[in-house]
Amino acid sequence: MKLKLKKFSDLRKRKDGRAAAVSAPVPSRWRCGPEPSRRRSDAGRGHAAPFLPPGRPTRPGSAHTGRFALGSSPSRVLARAPGRPTTAGGTAFPGVRARGWVKAAKMAQKRRLAEDAGGPRGPTPGSQRAALYVHWPYCEKRCSYCNFNKYIPRGVDEAAMRRCLVTEAQTLLQLSGVRRVESVFFGGGTPSLASPHTVAAVLEAVAQATHLPADSEVTLEANPTSAPSSRLAAFRAAGVNRLSIGLQSLDDTELQLLGRTHSASDALQMLAEARRHFPGRVSVDLMLGLPAQHVGPWLGQLQKLLHHCDDHVSLYQLSLERGTALFTQVQQGSLPAPDPELAAEMYQEGRAVLREAGFRQYEVSNFARNGALSTHNWTYWQCGQYLGVGPGAHGRFIPQGAGGHTREARIQTLEPDNWMKEVMLFGHGTRKRIPLGELALLEEVLAMGLRTDVGITHQHWQRFEPQLTLWDVFVADKEVQELLEQGLLLLDHRGLRCSWEGLAVLDSMLPTLLSRLQEAWQQRTPSPVPGG
Amino acid sequence: MWTLAGQGCWRGRALAAWATRAARRGLPGPRPAPTRGAAAESKAPDRSYSSADRKETIDMSRFPVENTRNFSIIAHVDHGKSTLADRLLELTGAIDKTKNNKQVLDKLQVERERGITVKAQTASLFYDYEGKQYLLNLIDTPGHVDFSYEVSRSLSACQGVLLVVDANEGIQAQTVANFFLAFEAQLSVIPVINKKTWFYFQKSQISAKLGTNVESVLQAVIKRIPPPKVHRKNPLRALVFDSTFDQYRGVIANVALFDGVVSKGDKIVSAHTQKTYEVNEVGVLNPNEQPTHKLYAGQVGYLIAGMKDVTEAQIGDTLYLHKRPVEPLPGFKSAKPMVFAGMYPVDQSEYNNLKSAIEKLTLNDSSVTVHRDSSLALGAGWRLGFLGLLHMEVFNQRLEQEYNASVILTTPTVPYKAVLSSAKLIKEYREKEITIINPAQFPDKSKVTEYLEPIVLGTIITPDEYTGKIIMLCQARRAVQKNMMYIDQNRIMLKYLFPLNEIVVDFYDSLKSLSSGYASFDYEDAGYQTAELVKLDILLNGNIVEELVTVVHKDKAYAAGKAICERLKDSLPRQLFEIAIQAALGSKIIARETVKAYRKNVLAKCYGGDITRKMKLLKRQTEGKKKLRKVGNVEVPKDAFIKVLKTQI
Repeated sequence: MKLKLKKFSDLRKRKDGRAAAVSAPVPSRWRCGPEPSRRRSDAGRGHAAPFLPPGRPTRPGSAHTGRFALGSSPSRVLARAPGRPTTAGGTAFPGVRARGWVKAAKMAQKRRLAEDAGGPRGPTPGSQRAALYVHWPYCEKRCSYCNFNKYIPRGVDEAAMRRCLVTEAQTLLQLSGVRRVESVFFGGGTPSLASPHTVAAVLEAVAQATHLPADSEVTLEANPTSAPSSRLAAFRAAGVNRLSIGLQSLDDTELQLLGRTHSASDALQMLAEARRHFPGRVSVDLMLGLPAQHVGPWLGQLQKLLHHCDDHVSLYQLSLERGTALFTQVQQGSLPAPDPELAAEMYQEGRAVLREAGFRQYEVSNFARNGALSTHNWTYWQCGQYLGVGPGAHGRFIPQGAGGHTREARIQTLEPDNWMKEVMLFGHGTRKRIPLGELALLEEVLAMGLRTDVGITHQHWQRFEPQLTLWDVFVADKEVQELLEQGLLLLDHRGLRCSWEGLAVLDSMLPTLLSRLQEAWQQRTPSPVPGG
Repeated sequence: MWTLAGQGCWRGRALAAWATRAARRGLPGPRPAPTRGAAAESKAPDRSYSSADRKETIDMSRFPVENTRNFSIIAHVDHGKSTLADRLLELTGAIDKTKNNKQVLDKLQVERERGITVKAQTASLFYDYEGKQYLLNLIDTPGHVDFSYEVSRSLSACQGVLLVVDANEGIQAQTVANFFLAFEAQLSVIPVINKKTWFYFQKSQISAKLGTNVESVLQAVIKRIPPPKVHRKNPLRALVFDSTFDQYRGVIANVALFDGVVSKGDKIVSAHTQKTYEVNEVGVLNPNEQPTHKLYAGQVGYLIAGMKDVTEAQIGDTLYLHKRPVEPLPGFKSAKPMVFAGMYPVDQSEYNNLKSAIEKLTLNDSSVTVHRDSSLALGAGWRLGFLGLLHMEVFNQRLEQEYNASVILTTPTVPYKAVLSSAKLIKEYREKEITIINPAQFPDKSKVTEYLEPIVLGTIITPDEYTGKIIMLCQARRAVQKNMMYIDQNRIMLKYLFPLNEIVVDFYDSLKSLSSGYASFDYEDAGYQTAELVKLDILLNGNIVEELVTVVHKDKAYAAGKAICERLKDSLPRQLFEIAIQAALGSKIIARETVKAYRKNVLAKCYGGDITRKMKLLKRQTEGKKKLRKVGNVEVPKDAFIKVLKTQI
């Protein structure tokens, strides 16, 4: 571990790879963008060639670069420097391997993410790839709006927590039979409060257990106060290559209302630091629709943020969650209830401002320029597999390692101490497993996919449902037709997606679309297996 | 030591409690040590044991007519009627003297919960007085204004009444009404004054708690109420004055014998249906059913005769012996429903279950009228007629509690009439004057000479300080004053003619709240009067919502239209387009509300941990969508209708 930390300076000197990945600001995806999805004729096959979006540099041998050949095989292959194919059958030395991964990751940061993260990007079939979410459950302080699974600890036994995260990651990776982890996301809680050592340990465990490509997106959520420059460098050395900053507001009064520990200037300072360490790979969150917030001043904040931000912004409308301090205050009348009309206006204006600034709204709340989409989050909306590690983490994958064939929604034990006990006893803290039927999965494909600008392409849909096409399901329905006529929904040769206006009211359309899907599913030619 | 002592103590107490219970039940058990006072002193006769004892049939011939008294207790709500009944039952050994005897005759869960009597109940009391054994048949009656019908039904089997008045509250509107009911039936009236838990009866104090001196009430019943004028020798003539439905035994008819004798095995005929039945069981109610060999003229009891259909035991019907026909007794004035409401199963698949529940319940409560009805939003259902609002509420509650049925009940309306002018309509209805119980069938003004609305004569008794406010309230309800007089130094009795629709929903509540609960109210039917009625339509984006059509007085149309629009606005979810909610009289819009279109409705954060929750919510919404009623392009969830239509009692 220490060996690795010495490499900080080395890492910092790395060449900025942004130039390689620049793609022109994306034309509006809502109406007239080019077919963003895969154009390869072999699309949808199990071993499709890597999907390479336009503008992405192709390097010889990249398909096999820096990959371990087999996930659970005892004779795994070491990570090698990119550009050189590896051969199977090498002997594994844990320390060396870890170092190898960080080194590879360093090189990979030169590459940019796929502008369109839509299809499978490697030769690995969907069921053998997954994203990995790691939950760090602790926070310094409770924010007034947050109902996430988080705890304000008296003292964290970080070593124990680290061991458990590593153990559970190993167990679940093995259980899933996943051969390739394409992204890792450290969320929370406040994962920037964890030590970089913990982050490194988890990443190394993943790299040991399976193939973690050197260019995998590794995101860490960070609070402006919990990550000074030195820590950022340490996180980067540990393998983090993307930072998501919970900036929330540039108004100190609002930050106070939200129960945040930082000021607006803290946030901007942190943002600048972060951009030095992770150029082109820093995201910031900005909230809208707060009690007593007005459109003009909020747009002012957004404009100011645009002067400082990197290539990724998330705009989140506040939702008052039961059990939060803010909810109680509004309930008791000590705070005005947020005005949904104003929030809607902020959202619409905000989207327009970001579009002007060259950002692509690739999802309801997420905006990126220069192709800086989050591949990890994209996996959620494309219904890719993901593993959830840590207290209360959610996962969705086929437990192939245990002989499973059905995707499961899995939830880990919520409370950290109980979760740790279970991990120590059983190797994992999975509390709940819900098998997802074919229809349930299709419903998720629909509900999640429509959150994105590309929506659901015909190819994407076909991967989940080879028989019923999107046309079959939706074209003849009267209510769907109304949505199409109103210009809220688009169904064409590319697929099914929301229009610019439709995206803002997606949740009003989903019940119509889902009930149509259920109907079509029931009417389809019955499969030989009843109820299958 | 301490722990041990504690444990010992606990065990000891538990044992004592167990022993007490065992002794009460008459179960064999370890004999409690003589020192265990609590158990040894338990002298309460065991109820189930003694009732098993009584299962041996009683010879009712021991009670000649001159030793029989049939009486009722009538009172205003909460004046202690049921409590007095409990004490009388205890005194005569019909029930145990335990602290648990609270309103024994109030058998229904709703009665005990609300502390009101809804259903008349009968109990035969055996009482020794001056060397003779008397049979005292007590018929407990409801005290609420809605149930005067039950009271009058019970009274026809009685020769006298105990009129209970609470000493603190004095005479109330209901007391007056009940007195007149008894008076008209030419019954002997014995006034009993109840002061909280103390009864004053003819200057002698009675402690209701200890049960001493309640005897004097029984003695007065014997002395002052005449025996029934009947003849055992005549052929059987029995009046069905009530009936209940037992899931296993079918119809249990409560009968009062005016002539003759009836016993098991007799063949009897219903004068109403002319159907013949064989009597399976006769008995008295004590207060639970207790079989007897026979029932004799003058006695009150029950009869089970294989009547399976709910319509076979008509209240007011006369039963006689096969081949011994008699002149039927004058049937009771049938109850006249004053309030109508639509009733629908929450889920249409529950329709048949609800249907059978309503049928069974209406046998127990024949004052409810049932008409089939259907609504576009709520599906197939019924339009039920009730005696009043409490009656409606109680009926609904009984459906839920006794039959586990959950229902949607629409806003109550009153039966309007229309005098038709259109020859075509007259031909269609086959009469000139029609009664409209469903507002959707309200005929257009162009086809009608005039509309009529039901009116009632209301009696309000109030302390005089509230008179001003009450007069204002009555005027706001279109009422016409008929009389106003002091009934004592500071109480006033007001008589008003009310349009019934002005008092069905919330009049009683308003009256109670503006008089701090002191004013009492009762009403009686007063026929119909001409009224300027209008049909109020509710429109969503220009389309009429049929289930929200209401009939209102012209003067109230604006207020009613506005109120419905506002309520609908609050319960309609926003949609992808703007919704205009309008109230209209014909083509004239009189009120409008707008539900704005959604500008943003999409979950902000939807990542790995949010998907399960989001999909669950979507599943609910998608399922809910299937239950939506579409009015034009507007989707209206059923609960929006329910919120608008639901009674606000």
